[in-house]
Amino acid sequence: MKTALVTALVFLFLAAAAPAQDIDVKAWDAVVEKARGETVYFNAWGGSESINAYLEWAGEELRERYGVKLVHVKVDDTANAVTKVVAEKAAGKDEGGTVDLIWINGENFASMKRQDLLMSPGWAEDLPNWQYVDVENKPTIRTDFTIPVEGLESPWGMAKLVFFYDSARTDAASLPENADELLEWAEANPGRFSYPQPPDFMGSSFLKQILAEKAEDQAVLQRPAEEADFEAVTEPLFAYLDKLNPLMWRGGKAFPQNYPAMKQLLADSELDIIFAFNPSEASSAIANQELPDTVRSFTFPGGTLANTHFVTVPYNATARAGALVTANFLLSPEAQARKQDPKYWGDPTVLALSKLDDKDRALFEAINLGVATLGPDELGPAIDEPHPSWMERIEEEWKRRYGVGN
Amino acid sequence: MAQKGLELQSVTIALEGRVLVALSRSVAPGDVLTLMGPSGSGKSSLLAYIGGFLDPVFSASGKVMIGGCDLTNLPTEDRHAGILFQDPLLFPHMTVGGNLAFAIPASIKGREERRNRVEEALEGVGLAGLAGRDPATLSGGQKARVALARVLLSSPRMLLLDEPFSRLDTELRQQVRELVFAKARDSRLPVVLVTHDEDDAAAAGGDVVRVGSQ
Amino acid sequence: MLTRLAPSLAMLLLAGPILLGLTGTLLPAFGYLPALGGMHPTGEYLARLLQEPAIFHSALMSFAAGLITAAVSLTVVMLFVGGWAGTRLFSRVLHLVSPLLSVPHAAAAFGLAFLVAPSGMIARFISPELTGWTRPPDVLILHDAMGLTMMAGLVIKEIPFLFLVTLAALPQIRLAETRALAASLGYGRVAGFLFGLWPQLYPQIRLAVFAVVAFSSSVVDVATILGPTSPAPLAVRLLGWMNDPDLSMRYLASAGAMLQLIVTAAALGAWTLVERICAALRDSFAAAGKRLRRDHAIRIAAFAAMTLSATVVIAGLGTLAVWSVAGLWQFPHALPKDFTLKSWIAAGPRILSPLTTTLVVAFFSTLLAVALTLLCLAREDEKGRKVRRGTMLLFYLPLLVPQAAFLFGLQLFFILTNSAASIVALVFAHFIFVMPYVFLSLSDPWRAFDRRYDAIAAGLGKGAWVRLLRVRLPMLTRAILTAAAVGFAVSIGQYLPTVLIGAGRLTTITSEAVALASGGNRRVIGVYAFLQMVLPALGFLVATLVPALLFRRFRAMRV
Repeated sequence: MKTALVTALVFLFLAAAAPAQDIDVKAWDAVVEKARGETVYFNAWGGSESINAYLEWAGEELRERYGVKLVHVKVDDTANAVTKVVAEKAAGKDEGGTVDLIWINGENFASMKRQDLLMSPGWAEDLPNWQYVDVENKPTIRTDFTIPVEGLESPWGMAKLVFFYDSARTDAASLPENADELLEWAEANPGRFSYPQPPDFMGSSFLKQILAEKAEDQAVLQRPAEEADFEAVTEPLFAYLDKLNPLMWRGGKAFPQNYPAMKQLLADSELDIIFAFNPSEASSAIANQELPDTVRSFTFPGGTLANTHFVTVPYNATARAGALVTANFLLSPEAQARKQDPKYWGDPTVLALSKLDDKDRALFEAINLGVATLGPDELGPAIDEPHPSWMERIEEEWKRRYGVGN
Repeated sequence: MAQKGLELQSVTIALEGRVLVALSRSVAPGDVLTLMGPSGSGKSSLLAYIGGFLDPVFSASGKVMIGGCDLTNLPTEDRHAGILFQDPLLFPHMTVGGNLAFAIPASIKGREERRNRVEEALEGVGLAGLAGRDPATLSGGQKARVALARVLLSSPRMLLLDEPFSRLDTELRQQVRELVFAKARDSRLPVVLVTHDEDDAAAAGGDVVRVGSQ
Repeated sequence: MLTRLAPSLAMLLLAGPILLGLTGTLLPAFGYLPALGGMHPTGEYLARLLQEPAIFHSALMSFAAGLITAAVSLTVVMLFVGGWAGTRLFSRVLHLVSPLLSVPHAAAAFGLAFLVAPSGMIARFISPELTGWTRPPDVLILHDAMGLTMMAGLVIKEIPFLFLVTLAALPQIRLAETRALAASLGYGRVAGFLFGLWPQLYPQIRLAVFAVVAFSSSVVDVATILGPTSPAPLAVRLLGWMNDPDLSMRYLASAGAMLQLIVTAAALGAWTLVERICAALRDSFAAAGKRLRRDHAIRIAAFAAMTLSATVVIAGLGTLAVWSVAGLWQFPHALPKDFTLKSWIAAGPRILSPLTTTLVVAFFSTLLAVALTLLCLAREDEKGRKVRRGTMLLFYLPLLVPQAAFLFGLQLFFILTNSAASIVALVFAHFIFVMPYVFLSLSDPWRAFDRRYDAIAAGLGKGAWVRLLRVRLPMLTRAILTAAAVGFAVSIGQYLPTVLIGAGRLTTITSEAVALASGGNRRVIGVYAFLQMVLPALGFLVATLVPALLFRRFRAMRV
């Protein structure tokens, strides 16, 4: 994050231009050849030890197989990586940028696409490993938060909002099955629920879940917020939050900073219900002795938010070939299988098992999803993410109401 | 080594404009000039002036000559004025032998030669064989004698004694005093002694100057 | 020659960056930052700053934190020294408290957090037996809106600091005699001390107290770990703006830094007012002849506060250590169900680079500070007088000016000279804060050195360098190494200079640890904070062992 500032400032003084490079994704061998020796600066959220460790493994593999050096630039908010590219563009730094690959989705993707900050034309569907991607059954791979992807980002993993509780303390029969029941549950169990302070993406996602459930007209959320009556559409959301807030942990006067903090609070039995975007996160935490093995998952039968997360390449990336090789590697059955294993990360794959050969499919079938993970058939229906513009407005309004100052 | 007399020409020492000491004297080789006076009278400052380590808060003028050579503007280390304070002040981080070897001028080369000098010096003060000892393990009298041996080894041109016997008990004091004066006479060194002990002055036998007396 | 230049060099290296940095902070606050296209002075950013939600709340909290932390720490130290100086218990407490000076603020703050959180060690120890809690109570302790926990975190670190500074000044007053005199007049121990000795003692430690006010009113790391979040204290918000990749936020951050400067100055001003009021109260009590003969309760309370603060730090550090090797550890268990080195093994490869940076920067900034301090002190000897009050102020300057207020500008300067995030720049930035502590801890033993050793060596015909290298430095080995260990510890504890000058590319154990604070992964925090505490301790261990080994044959060289 600081790096962003410094590099951006430095560029204001030293405008060094690298020669333009042409990349043809279809000529894959040439891309691989070009990538050798490149260093890829991958700006990705660094708040999870297991994800960091996974990327270290990926870096090791990329170095051995392709001679690509992967540097994980740990950001605490993807928006910062986007701003970095914006600053570079403003400074006329159209070549030799400092960001080669970004872990991204939703509003950040929308923002980059809108501002022409992405490497184009679309390249993701030309990657060799695209052939395995489950485009048929996972619509969010081609439509990211209502925005058409158009090959401008390459899918990496699937996310579905799931809730966790400790079965040793909480009776499964008492668990809420939708937002209204969650509110009732909070009335019955004051101080035992919270959500990360927006604009943390988990906290914002919770707001979106409530919005989606409470909004009278779902369709309006799929269009930009400017086209709707924001106050009227979000009125039920904030009425809900007004009621929920005093019933929350610390009376809604403090919030966990992010998901790991919330996880710790479940372990401490300060919170009884927490939630994550990664269905096997609880199993990973049990394996890491961060949560007791009595923790289980549940979801709302009426549906919870679901989306896909991607990697993308900024228009001014320096190591474009290396970034493409990295994106392709992250999409490979081997990397995807490891990613789905709760021992390492537990993030669901974007691939279709039916498209894999037997050997690769066996990799996935061998994975023990863990006691706390719901099977693919138990995850319930998916609720589409609203148009990104809603999030910005909601975060602002949230800050005004519940988060004075910062 | 031809030893020469010490000459003080109109030496004046003042603190914040107040004159503490003003005198002219010469001290022949082997003779002792004794300065007596109450504490704070400036007698130690005079010694420091001769030695070249006077605290800059004092202002001083006058010439210090030895054997016709003007020391006044030389730094302490070039004056070769051997000093003994009331404490032996052996360097605590060196052995007895280390203390003595430190004093031998660098012009004397050769490990063997330097070691022999250390041994001789120790014998000369009756402490043969103690070179390897930690100075902290010596008795008061032994320390005083090591200090004397150390100063003599540095081939000084004169000896400056700042109440060097006052910390010793009566019997020891006499012994050490005699040893110091004998050595000074043997080496024909001019000596300036600062003391408030009349016995010291009597034993020294030379000129006595009383400073700071109203 | 070298010694003659030393004081000017020290002046240049300390005051220079501060003045340069302040300029570099103030100009953008008024809209002047040519690199970003700001050419014309404008009050726009100050106006925007005042529009920021709850900005006055943040400023007021910083102001109050400065005053309250200083008042509480100083009161405890004053009453404890007054009530117990000269007793055997006093030296016991001294041994308990003095090592705590080397514990970085962030580590102490983490320790406190792990202790007092509703799910913390204290609650675990008394639950469920005493409290009936089978789960943590839902109370807001960490990040409380009033900032009480944050101030407590500051107090437990400032007490050892003020205590040791007071102790250093103690030999300069006639403690035993004045106490006997006051007692003979019928005054209680504490009253005798307050009326008779404190007025002489306080001027000697006044700058240190000012440093506490300034530090507490502008602290970032402790405030991040323990302080309120909505809104956060001023300095924390500044850093957020400064870190914003949106470059135009720099103007706002600079305007905020100016406000920080004003807040700290106001806190210092208010403190001088407090001083006067307290002095007037004391004088009226003294004039009224209040003897406070029954001061037992005060003495016990001071002792309790003193030991409590030390115990809290030690227990907190212990808790951190346990978390770093904890397996599953649920409330209300007082110990983890099982132990594992997993956190250490996982952190191992990631720690290597920050650890190297930490050590390299600490080593060189300390080396530079010790060398320059020695030269300054040698120069002081040549001139034959102690440093003047003005020079003393200079050495305290980096501790009195809020870090954010000049580090912002200094960072800009480093960027302009293209040396940001270089190890040299970081060493230099740390040096600014290491130098004062090294100078303060080395100057007393240096001045206490018996100058007659020097005269003797000179009389033996040894020149200045030989005297320095063969006599004075070896004899002061322990003092020099101790001062170096202090400097080393100070460097390791630096947060803001590391974050700003290291610019995220150079990270240290401390900057990594504070960055982890929001993640709430106690095991990883435990690993980093434990290292934070161990490194300075290793420094002091070296400072103790090396002279002991070097001079093992010399009795007088032992303590």
